[in-house]
Amino acid sequence: MTAGLMTAGLGLKAQHYAEAAATDAEGLWFEAHPENYMVAGGPRLAWLEVIRQRWPLSLHGVALSLAADADPDPGHLSRLKALVDRFEPALVSEHLAWSAWDGTYRPDLLPFPRTRAALERIAANVGRTQDALGRAILVENPSLYLDLPGHDFAETDFLAELVRRTGCGLLVDVNNAYVSANNLGYDAGAYLDALPAAAIGEIHLAGHTPDARYGQALLIDTHAAPVAEPVWRLYRRLIERIGPRPVLIERDEAIPAFGELMAERDEADRLLRALAAPEAADA
Amino acid sequence: MPEPLSELGRFQQAFATALAGDAAALAPFGLEAEAAAAGLSVHRNTVARGTIDALATSFPTVRRLVGEAWFEAAARAFIAERPPRERALIDYGGDFPDFLAAFEPAADLPYLAGVARLDRLWLEAHVAADAPAWTPAEAAAVAPEALFDLRPPLHPSARTAWFEALAVPTLWTLCRPPAAEPDAIELAARPEGVLLVRPHGAVEALVLDRASWSLLDACARGVRLGEAADTALAADPGADLPALLLRLVEAGAFSAPPAP
Repeated sequence: MTAGLMTAGLGLKAQHYAEAAATDAEGLWFEAHPENYMVAGGPRLAWLEVIRQRWPLSLHGVALSLAADADPDPGHLSRLKALVDRFEPALVSEHLAWSAWDGTYRPDLLPFPRTRAALERIAANVGRTQDALGRAILVENPSLYLDLPGHDFAETDFLAELVRRTGCGLLVDVNNAYVSANNLGYDAGAYLDALPAAAIGEIHLAGHTPDARYGQALLIDTHAAPVAEPVWRLYRRLIERIGPRPVLIERDEAIPAFGELMAERDEADRLLRALAAPEAADA
Repeated sequence: MPEPLSELGRFQQAFATALAGDAAALAPFGLEAEAAAAGLSVHRNTVARGTIDALATSFPTVRRLVGEAWFEAAARAFIAERPPRERALIDYGGDFPDFLAAFEPAADLPYLAGVARLDRLWLEAHVAADAPAWTPAEAAAVAPEALFDLRPPLHPSARTAWFEALAVPTLWTLCRPPAAEPDAIELAARPEGVLLVRPHGAVEALVLDRASWSLLDACARGVRLGEAADTALAADPGADLPALLLRLVEAGAFSAPPAP
């Protein structure tokens, strides 16, 4: 195994700790939600240490609420910093969304009109976060369910501008792009084509679920199913354009056996390596 | 006077109101209730699911005893009264035991708030700071006459509870997942205490008699072991103190005491 090489990784689930520590696959890495490790001690942190000693780690936050019109919560940010300092993750990421407002935290990633004022606020919040952590973060494109009016920017332009202003990178969730394009009626391929390639530091792949009432017209980013075929196609299109990047299989509901997730991960890995192969042959 | 909200802040306020049920709140932002309905229901569902699941994860024994539907209804009532302020949802639900104690539909389940309290204490023990426990060998190395002057603090993961009327700890121990679901709920009408502690990897539960609980409770207040022993004997004059102390030390209840 090449130390530090990250091809395809898996979201870390507590029920898979022992297998994750014991498995062997070149380029494997793991991603964890820091919120699940904001504890004083105990087996969770002990397992994360074990995994981290073996594999590169990514910390993927869900609760910083970067798109709220409020400064990042200092307590939350300092707990995040403590984890970043302790585990020295290869990647740190958050979402282009908000979840906390007026003292209440909502475990969701909520939308907002992409106005100039929102850009100012979110760029400031990303900047504060990066200053506190002492490193750049990646910002992930959201899954959208509401066609909000009043945007000043397309999402791709908004993300590109955020990159330009803050030096952050992008985490491109291909499933989110597919779900949003489906729900709001635009072309996911064109969306991905418009993202600035150099800024993309990580890719997410996940499964979605049709809404019980609206079916295919309203896809929900549940992470409860294998990666769908159109998402695999978009992933290939993306990496053919931008080249290989660390890619993650996310599964948070209806979690199958570790081996089944590894098989999905191996497919993402194979597609990355297939990209690299022709270049190696040319050289 | 608070600063007037920015446009983004007003949107967030309106969205929060819409999530709470008033879809018309987004009309000033050009989103009519009808157009917003489907998308808002996705967000409402995600928020509710995430919060309820967090409580279900933190209170697995409560959930098993009352069943999924009852638990979900109680969780929804609790969330409406006390929505999460905590961004790490493992911290959410500290008030759930007190809520259940006053929850009218739980009035005929006198053990339920106690079970919730033990689920919560288990979680606190599970995530408490790591520290070595005072070992039986270390305790045995102390001269008997010096022992009673020590003030052994409880281990950082140690949590204790005492139930005067019902043997809730035994019920909780038998019912807590992943233990197999018991055929019948056995609840004795006798006083009982419990120590939850994580000296190594996993949280262990030790059912306590009155003397043991009194001794731990006294040690938690930082008194000399001699004084704690007097408290234990006052609670139960027949208590076998050396055996009782050894059992607690073997369970990892204490951190090594500082020199007197």
